[in-house]
Amino acid sequence: MTEANAAALAAATVKPRRRRRRIRGGDVLDHLVLIVGSLFMLVPLLVVFQMTTVPDVEMIRTGPSLQIGDQLDENFDKAMFEASGFSGQNTGTRMLVNSFILGIGFALGKILIGMMAAYAIVYFRLRFATLAFWVIFTTLLLPLEVRILPSYEVVQKLGMLNTYQGLIIPLIASATATFFFRQFFRSVPEELVEAARIDGAGPVKFFVDILVPLSKTMIAAMFIIMFVFGWNQYLWPTMVTTEEDMFTLVRGIKQITQTLEGTNVPEFGRANLLALIAVLPPVAVVIFFQSWFVKGLTESDK
Amino acid sequence: MWLPMLLLVPQLIIIAVFFYWPAWQAVQSSLYLEDPFGFGSTFVGVENYTDLAGSSEYMRIAWFTVIFTLLVTFLSLALALLLAVKADKVIRGAQTYRTLLMWVYAVAPPVAGFIGLIMFDQSWGPLTEFARSLGWDFKLGVNYFDTATAMVIVSVWKQVPVNFIFFLSGLQSIPRSVREAALIDNRSASGRFWDVTFPLLAPTAFFLLIINITYALFDTFGVVDTLVKGEPGNNPMTLVYKVYVDGFRGNDLGGSSAQSVILMVLVLALTIFQFRLVEKRIHYT
Repeated sequence: MTEANAAALAAATVKPRRRRRRIRGGDVLDHLVLIVGSLFMLVPLLVVFQMTTVPDVEMIRTGPSLQIGDQLDENFDKAMFEASGFSGQNTGTRMLVNSFILGIGFALGKILIGMMAAYAIVYFRLRFATLAFWVIFTTLLLPLEVRILPSYEVVQKLGMLNTYQGLIIPLIASATATFFFRQFFRSVPEELVEAARIDGAGPVKFFVDILVPLSKTMIAAMFIIMFVFGWNQYLWPTMVTTEEDMFTLVRGIKQITQTLEGTNVPEFGRANLLALIAVLPPVAVVIFFQSWFVKGLTESDK
Repeated sequence: MWLPMLLLVPQLIIIAVFFYWPAWQAVQSSLYLEDPFGFGSTFVGVENYTDLAGSSEYMRIAWFTVIFTLLVTFLSLALALLLAVKADKVIRGAQTYRTLLMWVYAVAPPVAGFIGLIMFDQSWGPLTEFARSLGWDFKLGVNYFDTATAMVIVSVWKQVPVNFIFFLSGLQSIPRSVREAALIDNRSASGRFWDVTFPLLAPTAFFLLIINITYALFDTFGVVDTLVKGEPGNNPMTLVYKVYVDGFRGNDLGGSSAQSVILMVLVLALTIFQFRLVEKRIHYT
């Protein structure tokens, strides 16, 4: 091999390598930041998961470790089917069912009355449409937290404590959903409305046969956001449900925490498993329907 | 004519019954002093408000809320911005990172608080042990400062994903042509970020600022409630939690209502501020 050849060869091998390394340098830093960030989000949940796989007695002695035990089945049975409260009705299964009822009822309710109101505001020449719009708007000014006690009293007077309707109905007035659909309905071309009118479709038919199918994606996006939002409600369920068979998982978390304080052998297995189950459905929804979720979130809040 | 009315009625009834009426009740009972045994109430005018202004405990809680809100807002925005910029840049694994960084959005605040209790457990919590290894004897629920620290950390953990999602979608909506122009004009990555990307993100950031302040004020209720373990006593708490404690546990209806009204005014101010910004935002885009 001549010197020139060797030099050319060296240049040929060195050059691309150097370029690749330079790209990698910045890249490595980016990935490092992202990995640390991802771990910051993920590790706490892994700790909680690890604790559901070991016996409680061992947990008290050593705390969370890297070892995955074999108690998951047992803890799962205990959490889902054995009652923890006084009434014997506070099982994980019961709470899971209640959580689903709240999440789905909340989402459907918001979408339904939001769409109805938006339809009325956009498609009818109402004199008080603007007024109705502003009335709905003011709900943004009155979050539940600033009217806790009197709201509780209203529900109490209506005899709706410890009922699903008391749990769901006061929460479903929604400026967000109304504005979201109002925005969308406005973007529906005027020609479509005229075509429907020429074909003799009445306002109800137009809504059901044309507008609802057109809004499918919007409805899906809104449903995902609102399901997660409803599932995660805490303050309102804490106040209006006092009977244990009405608890949702998120509402029950406080009772779960208290079992860690009082008892002789704190039931970490059960508590952590319930916390995990309280987290999984909404997280699954967010992960599996990610693009709809992001769409619903970024387009509805603005 | 009856149809649109019918469509609007459900929403309007709910608003009247569960929003306006309770809000009015709050304003009204904030002017009365309720007998603790429920035998009646006396009109006291603004005394409930002046009591609050004179209460050193209320002022302490108000200050804590301000500092807590600033810390949570700043930290979660800064972290999320950093992560969003990086997630926007990488190609390999972008989707995985995005998922890993946004799933916590779906965790309920009290569950986040519960996870905080585990991480900061007195005897073996991983974060307690970490603090100890730095010579910090961390005592959640006992030491005021330590509990406050845990509240901030848990609240930030819970809030980073929302900000991340909005920042990332903001970054991705910056046109390719603008990025390429910036690439030609400005060689340093940080210079490009501060001169081009950041101003273009400003509307998103302003919007998120309000969202975060509202979150720290109101939605952290669940975090506070679980982290104080049902014993508010000596522990830090936010103004919203104080309304709940006074109204439900302390049975101080007048005082609690006055606090509610103060919060209503705060929300009103924030909303006006937000809409001012939205007007600006239109100017930007």
